[in-house]
Amino acid sequence: MTGKVAHSPQLVKELEDLARQLRIDLIEMIYRRKSGHPGGSLSAADILAALFFHQLRIDPMNPDWESRDRFILSKGHACSTLYAALARRGFFPMETLQAWGQIGCCLQGHPDRLKTPGVDMTSGCLGHGINIAAGLLLAAQVRGLDYRTYVVIGDGEVQAGVLWEGAMLAGKYKLNKLITVMDYNKVQLDGKVEDIMPIEPVRQKWEAFNWSVLEINGHNMKEILEALDRAVEAKDKPTVIIAHTVKGKGVSYMEGKSDWHGKVPNDDEFKVAMEELKAHV
Amino acid sequence: MFKRDNTRKIFGDAMTAYAAVNPKVVVLTADVASSVMATSFAQKYPERFFNVGIAEAGMIDTAVGFALGGLVPFANTFAGLLSRATEQIRTCVAYANTNVKIVGSFAGLSNFKDGPTHHSIMDVAIMRAMPNMTVLVPSDSVEARKIIPLVSEYEGPVYIRISRSEMPVIFDESHKIELGKGQVVREGNDVTLIANGHMLSRALEAADKLAAQGVKARVVNLPTVKPLDKDLIVKCAEETKAIVTCEEHTVIGGLGSAVAEVLVRECPVPVDMIGIADVFTETALDHDTLMDAYGMSVDEIVRSAQKVMLKQD
Repeated sequence: MTGKVAHSPQLVKELEDLARQLRIDLIEMIYRRKSGHPGGSLSAADILAALFFHQLRIDPMNPDWESRDRFILSKGHACSTLYAALARRGFFPMETLQAWGQIGCCLQGHPDRLKTPGVDMTSGCLGHGINIAAGLLLAAQVRGLDYRTYVVIGDGEVQAGVLWEGAMLAGKYKLNKLITVMDYNKVQLDGKVEDIMPIEPVRQKWEAFNWSVLEINGHNMKEILEALDRAVEAKDKPTVIIAHTVKGKGVSYMEGKSDWHGKVPNDDEFKVAMEELKAHV
Repeated sequence: MFKRDNTRKIFGDAMTAYAAVNPKVVVLTADVASSVMATSFAQKYPERFFNVGIAEAGMIDTAVGFALGGLVPFANTFAGLLSRATEQIRTCVAYANTNVKIVGSFAGLSNFKDGPTHHSIMDVAIMRAMPNMTVLVPSDSVEARKIIPLVSEYEGPVYIRISRSEMPVIFDESHKIELGKGQVVREGNDVTLIANGHMLSRALEAADKLAAQGVKARVVNLPTVKPLDKDLIVKCAEETKAIVTCEEHTVIGGLGSAVAEVLVRECPVPVDMIGIADVFTETALDHDTLMDAYGMSVDEIVRSAQKVMLKQD
């Protein structure tokens, strides 16, 4: 696909295992806290595993490193996956995950750049990430820095008009170091995306805004890694990777269900979820 | 009467001049570069100038990105249009405490000719309500020019209100402006008139009229609405026993409210607020007439001063 050596089966397996671990972590976190957004956190787990454990140029010992790649979880409600990834990557101790949401904890209900090591930007209200990433990359041009900026957006998020202001801007300035992954799990809070506010034809929308578009299975680690490789090689356009995913992926009774956008499993449901997720480890 | 000069042009040119000494400054605009006089900056520093088109909300987020990237972005548009970026300002500037400088130009009623869609009568209230936000309403072109290095070197979100109109020139080159501080610009002990922006010259004119009646009005310039110079406000209340606030803004939530919030806790004295009543304004042929028509005339300030003095202990 890129002329590069294919990713080793071992790397792919390691990242797949990490993604499963993140799913276990986040369900435990949401169950313990009795709050959170399991559906969209599960759908993004493979993408975040690939980013945090392979793709991003980051240093947990130096979270403010000037030349680090920036990452914005624009769909901030999936922060349980982000927090688990940051902890497992070494940005803060694993025990911190247990205090998520308590007063005084560095982990907020949505990402907070001022409180959480490794969080480059506060998010939670949808539609901001691409504009902010564009500013970060234009700043890099002014300053002569070569970092990339990765943004993970939701599919419902594409309904927010301000997102397209950023898409147009990134197209204007040919921000080839802007890599957006759209977690296309087809379901939002109130129901199916196609019923609430259809976004199709979404590929053509991005193309019309002068983006290069890749489409992958967002639960296939090999495809994720290859798409990220291709995005890095983009020359004069920002890239969006449309990652087709399943909301609630990995927990059978959550899959594809809008009910599980922001619902917490009860004791029995938690047990089933753990059994299913751990069966694959 | 005061000499007038073109505040927005002086502000725009001063940005360009300051950019020479501070390479971190970048300027963003939403298709109003020529209106807000950012063209000199754009011509001199094209690599540091970004026009995002008619996308005010996106512009604020993009400015946030610049700030996260270590630069000092000044995001310019019409103050009246910034309200469409309120959520961006709340979440990504104020809450995330990013180093973004927001310039609301054509502020107050200074875009008299384009009507209420282009008047900004609640921007100070909205900005002031946001934690972490510094709110500045410079009172003439000298202050507008002198705040540029101050806000650039200050780390944190700032909102700056700039008028479209030629403003009366109050201060000379020796004027010192400090963030968070007001100044007594005219001494007096019978009543205090606290003003900023266009209303400072009117407060001074009102003080002249009151002097003719034997009333010695103190006039205070308060260009920083937040953080507020509480000590100065309380001192004036203690010494003059009555306060009139003067702002080119709705009386809900702006300078008057800020002053009253301090006084009601620290030193309750009679207060009256000059500003726009809780109404939308209308189109006019000039700025001054419109301000007069909506309760901000010099005579209105005089009447308010007389009123609060009647209630003095």
